[in-house]
Amino acid sequence: MKQLKEKHPLAIRWFHWINFPVLMLMIWSGLLIYWANDIYRIGWGKTTLFRFFPDSFYKALNVPFRLAEGMSLHFVFMWLFVINGVLYVAYTLLSGEWRYLLPNRHSFREAWQVTLHDLGLRKTEPPVRKYNGAQRIAYTAVVLMGFGSLLTGLAIYKPTQLAWLTQLLGGYEAARTQHFVLTIGYVLFFVVHVLQVARAGWNNFRSMIAGFEVVDTPTPQASVAPAADRPAPSSI
Amino acid sequence: MADTPQNPAPSSDEQVQREANSRSRRAFLVTGVAALASLGGWRWLVSQPKEAGIPRPLRSVLEANGKLAGEYFSDAHLAPVFSKRLVREPRVNGKIGMRGEFDPAAWRLQVNSFTDPKRVQAFTLEDIKALPRVEITTELKCIEGWSVVVNWAGARFADFAIKYGLATPDGNSTAASAEALAPYVRVATPDNAYYVGLDIASAMHPQTLLCYEMNGQPLTPEHGAPLRLAMPVKYGIKYLKRIGNIQFTSQRPADYWADRGYDWNAGH
Repeated sequence: MKQLKEKHPLAIRWFHWINFPVLMLMIWSGLLIYWANDIYRIGWGKTTLFRFFPDSFYKALNVPFRLAEGMSLHFVFMWLFVINGVLYVAYTLLSGEWRYLLPNRHSFREAWQVTLHDLGLRKTEPPVRKYNGAQRIAYTAVVLMGFGSLLTGLAIYKPTQLAWLTQLLGGYEAARTQHFVLTIGYVLFFVVHVLQVARAGWNNFRSMIAGFEVVDTPTPQASVAPAADRPAPSSI
Repeated sequence: MADTPQNPAPSSDEQVQREANSRSRRAFLVTGVAALASLGGWRWLVSQPKEAGIPRPLRSVLEANGKLAGEYFSDAHLAPVFSKRLVREPRVNGKIGMRGEFDPAAWRLQVNSFTDPKRVQAFTLEDIKALPRVEITTELKCIEGWSVVVNWAGARFADFAIKYGLATPDGNSTAASAEALAPYVRVATPDNAYYVGLDIASAMHPQTLLCYEMNGQPLTPEHGAPLRLAMPVKYGIKYLKRIGNIQFTSQRPADYWADRGYDWNAGH
């Protein structure tokens, strides 16, 4: 029989949906800033495989010559990004949600199984729980990345007042590179995240909006029936 | 995203579905309203009257950031210094204020008195060079995002201001307290086409130089001869070249790039 099962607490849903547009805005304003000195590429020596970013990309998004605007947005919305992130971490710690989010000793093996399964290389379905190993690792990593963006961002925002931090990160240019790499990391996270949400389906997506999932549970009488007669519950 | 208490009471599938639908409806409604509200907030923000190139609320936050940074600002926080072996030639990145006819021989550094702005004192390069020569190798950071290690030599701005009593209301070399100092400094090119505004703490920072040598050579015209600012507590936009005039003021002076959407403080 069907049952409603609470999944995401209200606070987590708010943090998630506030973070989404704020992080988008941080990436967008960051792009406006990055354009003014767009030196990063993938390649070696004189060979360049990919340039961050091609001129056509800037042109299509109307990026050029908006450095001042980008900086003003970046240094305003950084507050929302940091405050929301700090509150989120505090909430997960105080509410005990961290138990579902932090990777444990099974997570890495499980993450590998999930990856193989999702790529269609492994038949056996990984266990269905609130967050599987891959999710635990991804969601914890992205929070650490947020912390990394804060630190590297501060290091390039105040390289004199916070010179110790800038030096700890390997200097101004190193910190700028790290700040950029983390941003690319968010974009990759976003792509995988959206694909996985699309795969997981409506019930899962709705739980991030409404908080609950509809789950099939065995009827109370079913416990007396022979276990082999009915399908295994898909979710516990 | 309204929440409801957990309700595990057994019910039929239809009842469950009904409850799911009603909770979903409510949650999506709340989410939709929140999304529209934030979109409205964004529209409001970007349509606010502009103050020096950016919407006023953004400008206010930048000012608050500057104030917060100012509270933490200290002469004890020095910009890192580097080995001279790392120096490179910075690119010539701005010609504003450098385009007019210029006669280095006739050049004088003009300083307007804090108390009587009409009173102007003129200094020669020799006057500046008579002050203790200070050499620092620091990282010049452009607001565009690039940086380069440069060796600067010149006189400390603070030494200059103190020796001639320029920053104090009574013309004494030292002020009774930090509050008695002129709170701001305006520095401009001889033609006034380029100008920067500085807070007094940054101007008097021990690493802020009236600079006449770069990478061991006398300044070249394109790098700001005869005298330029070098101040690693700020972005390169404040390293004004070819200083013509310095003014100590009680009103916050205008700043060329802050008038064009950038942060007035532009501090590190």
